[in-house]
Amino acid sequence: MTTPAAGAKKAIVLYLHVHQPYRIRHYTIFDAGQNHDYFDAAYDSRESNERILQKVAESSYLPTNARLLELLNKNPQFKVSMSITGTVLEQLEKWSPAALQSFKDIVATGQVEIVAETYHHSLAFFYSRAEFEMQVRMHREKVQQLFGQTPQVFRNTELAYNNDLAYWADKAGYKGILAEGWDKVLDWRSPNFVYRPTYTNNIRLLMKNYRLSDDIAFRFGNQDWEQWPLTADKFTSWLNAEPEATNFNLFMDYETFGEHQWDESGIFKFLEYLPQEWLRTPGNTFMTVSEAIDSFDARDEINVPDTITWADTERDLSAWLGNAMQQESIHALYSLQGRIIATNDLALIEDWRRLQTSDHFYYMCTKWFNDGDIHAYFSPYATPYEAFINFMNSYHDLTFRLREQGVTV
Amino acid sequence: MLGWELPPYNSGGLGVACYQLCKALTKKSDVDIEFMLPYEADHQIDFMKVTAALPQGVETIIEAGGVYDSHKYVYQDGHEEWHDIVGQQQMFERSVGRLVESREFDIIHAHDWLTFRAGLRAKAHSGCPLILHVHSIERDRAGGGDGNPLVREIEALAFLMADHIVAVSAHTKRMIMQDYDIPGDKIEVVHNSIDRDLMIPLDDHNVYHYLESLKADGWRVVTNVGRMTVQKGLFNLLHAACEVIYRQPKTIFLLVGSGEQYHELIALSAELGISKNVVFTGFQRGKNWRDSFGIADLFVMPSISEPYGLTVLEAIEYGAPALISKQSGVGEAIRNCLRVDSWDVADMANQITAAVRDRSLTEELHHNAFQELKQLSWNDAADKLIHLYNHHTATAASRRLAGAAA
Repeated sequence: MTTPAAGAKKAIVLYLHVHQPYRIRHYTIFDAGQNHDYFDAAYDSRESNERILQKVAESSYLPTNARLLELLNKNPQFKVSMSITGTVLEQLEKWSPAALQSFKDIVATGQVEIVAETYHHSLAFFYSRAEFEMQVRMHREKVQQLFGQTPQVFRNTELAYNNDLAYWADKAGYKGILAEGWDKVLDWRSPNFVYRPTYTNNIRLLMKNYRLSDDIAFRFGNQDWEQWPLTADKFTSWLNAEPEATNFNLFMDYETFGEHQWDESGIFKFLEYLPQEWLRTPGNTFMTVSEAIDSFDARDEINVPDTITWADTERDLSAWLGNAMQQESIHALYSLQGRIIATNDLALIEDWRRLQTSDHFYYMCTKWFNDGDIHAYFSPYATPYEAFINFMNSYHDLTFRLREQGVTV
Repeated sequence: MLGWELPPYNSGGLGVACYQLCKALTKKSDVDIEFMLPYEADHQIDFMKVTAALPQGVETIIEAGGVYDSHKYVYQDGHEEWHDIVGQQQMFERSVGRLVESREFDIIHAHDWLTFRAGLRAKAHSGCPLILHVHSIERDRAGGGDGNPLVREIEALAFLMADHIVAVSAHTKRMIMQDYDIPGDKIEVVHNSIDRDLMIPLDDHNVYHYLESLKADGWRVVTNVGRMTVQKGLFNLLHAACEVIYRQPKTIFLLVGSGEQYHELIALSAELGISKNVVFTGFQRGKNWRDSFGIADLFVMPSISEPYGLTVLEAIEYGAPALISKQSGVGEAIRNCLRVDSWDVADMANQITAAVRDRSLTEELHHNAFQELKQLSWNDAADKLIHLYNHHTATAASRRLAGAAA
C-alpha cells in the first residue's frame, strides 16, 4: 500500500454537464407532410424550448455563473470542468445571449475546462460511428468558435461508457475520458484515483464518485436525509477523512444549481463556501479534468466490457433503450441515416440529428411510469406513449421530406 | 326516452344511434319525445325535448378522464361526491324517478343497461309499458368474458320486467336469449341504420396529407375507428397487421380512437416491430374523423362481439369497404363485407393482404356495399318501433280498463 508523499496534492474535480434538448411539440399525424416544425411548440406550452431555456437561464445559468465567476476570481486554485452540448449552446445564442456571455466570462478566467462530447447529446456511438464522429467534430468546432478552447477530455452522452469507447477516444487523441464510478466495475477499488482503460496505453479514466456527487445533486434538499442539511464544512470533512485519495470526481448536471435544487435549498450557499472550506486544509486544491490526469499516475486498469451509464439504479442504457418503443423509434431514426445524409439538405439533416438527442428516448421510458418520479420530473409529456407518438409522427414527416426529394423510403 | 349520451357529447355509436332513431321517430305523427340524459349540455336539438336528469342539489358533474371513469358530483352546498359508472347509473335512476313524478307519458323507452333501472323506476311509478333497447349486453363489452356481475344483474332483472326488448341485431337477440333465458317472442330485432342526410360529405382535401402522399407512392391504408377496449378485438388486428406488413410492407394501419387499451396497443405495436406502419391518432371528431374513413382502402372491425357496428356504415358511406368479424350484427344488414372470425388472426391477415394487394376486390366490394347502404333507412326502424309502441299502449289501456271494471 502506498501512502501519499508529504505535500502531495488532493483535488476536487468538479465537472458540470450543461444540456437542453430540442423537445418535440405535440406533433400529430395531421401535421406530418404539412408542417416540419417539430421543435417549435407554442411559447406557453409544456414543450416550449424557448420558455424552458429562459426559465433555466433565470433559475440556474445566470445565478450560478455569477457565483462561479466570483469564486474563480477570488480563488485562483478553484477550477471547474464543463461540457456544454451544441443543442443548448444554440438555444442560448437564440434565446438567452446574456447566459451565453456568462459562460464565456467564466471560461475566460482560464480556470474552466470544456469537455468534449457529441453536439446533439446523442447515443450515436452505439448506432453509427461515422455519425458519432461527425457530431463530436461539430461540437469541437462549436466550442472552439465560442470559447476558443479545444477539448482534451471526452465524455459520452449520459456517461455511456465501455471499452470500445475508451479505445476510440484513445485513438482519437483524447488524454482522458469520463465514466460512472459504478461499484460493479470498480469492484474493491475507489473512484478517487486516476485509472487507465483496458486495451489502451495513453488515455486516462476519471470515474465519478457517485455517492459524494449525489449527496449534492440528488440528496441536498431532501429533508428526510439523515445528513440534511449538508454544509460545505461537513462535506469537506468527509473528503478530508479519506487520506489516500488523490482526486474526488464530483460529476453532475449543471442544472443541479438552481433548477434541480432550488435556491431556497441553500445550494448556492453551499457552492459559495465549498472552495474556502476545502482550501482551508493545506495540500487541498481543485483541478480540471486535464489537470487531474496530468498530475496523478494511473493506479490500475479498468475493464468495462458492458456499457455503463450514470442513470438509475441499473447504471445501464435501459432508461433510453429499455423498452420496445424506445428501440423501435431509435432504429427507425438511424435506418434513415444514409438517405438523409445523401440529400445534402442541411435543414433535413439537422432535424434528423435533433431527433437523435437521448432525451427523446428518455421521455419514452416506462420503467417508473407508474411511480411518476424522477423520469416524469424531466418529461414535458403526460405519458411515455405521448412522447413516442410525437416522435414517430416526426419520423414519418422525415420520410415524407425524403420522398419529396425523390428518395425511396 | 332514457339515454346516456347524444352527439356531440358521445363516446361512440350509442349516442349517434339514439339521435338518428329519435329524429326518424319524431317525423311520424303522434310521437313526442322527451330524452333524458345524465348530464347537462346544449345539443342543439329541436325535434325533441332533451332533459338533464341531474340528482337533486347537484350543480355540476365533472368528468375525470374518460366517459367510463369516475365522475365528480359537485353540489350547490359545496360538497363533492365521486361516483363510478355503477354509482352514476344509480344517481340517474333516482333523478329520473324524481322527474317522472311531474311528467305525463305513454311509453318508456330505455337504451342500454345504464338507463334500465331508471326505466324500471319510471314504469313502477307510472304503470306505463317499458321497452328496453339493447345496443350491447355485458358479454359484448366484456370481450368474451362474463363481464361485471353487477351489470349482468341489472340486465337480467330489467329483461324480465320489461314489456318488450328491442335488439339491434339477430346476433344480439340470440345472445339475450342465451345469456338471460328470455323467450324470443319478447325480443324484436330492429336494425340500426344511418341517416345519410345527416352526414357531412367529404371535401376535396383530406386532412391526412402524409398518408395521401404515401398512397400516391403505392401504399395502402387500413383503418379502424372505435373505442380501444377489449370488446373491439384490436390486439388480434395488430397481430394480423404484423403478418400483412411482412407480406405487403407498403401498408399503413390507421388506428383512430382511445380507450383503456390505448397505451397497451401502442406498446404492442412496438413489441411486434411494426411501429413504422401503425399510426395512432387518439380520439377524433369532425373532419379528422370523417377523413379517417376517407383515406382508407379497407376498414377493419375485428370486434370479439359487436351487437351492431355503426362505424361500418359510416366507412361505406365515406368510401371504404369493410372486413368485419362474424361476431358483428351489421353483417345482417350489409352482405357485401369481408368476414372473419374475430379470433382467426391468420385469416384476418390473409383477407387484409388480399384487399391491399388487389384494388379490384376493394372496389367491387365497396360498390356493392354502397348499394346496400342506400337501401337502409331509419324510417323502417321507426315504423317497427311505432308498431311496438301502439301494441303496448293498447295493451296497457285495456289492462287499465279491465282493472277499472273489476
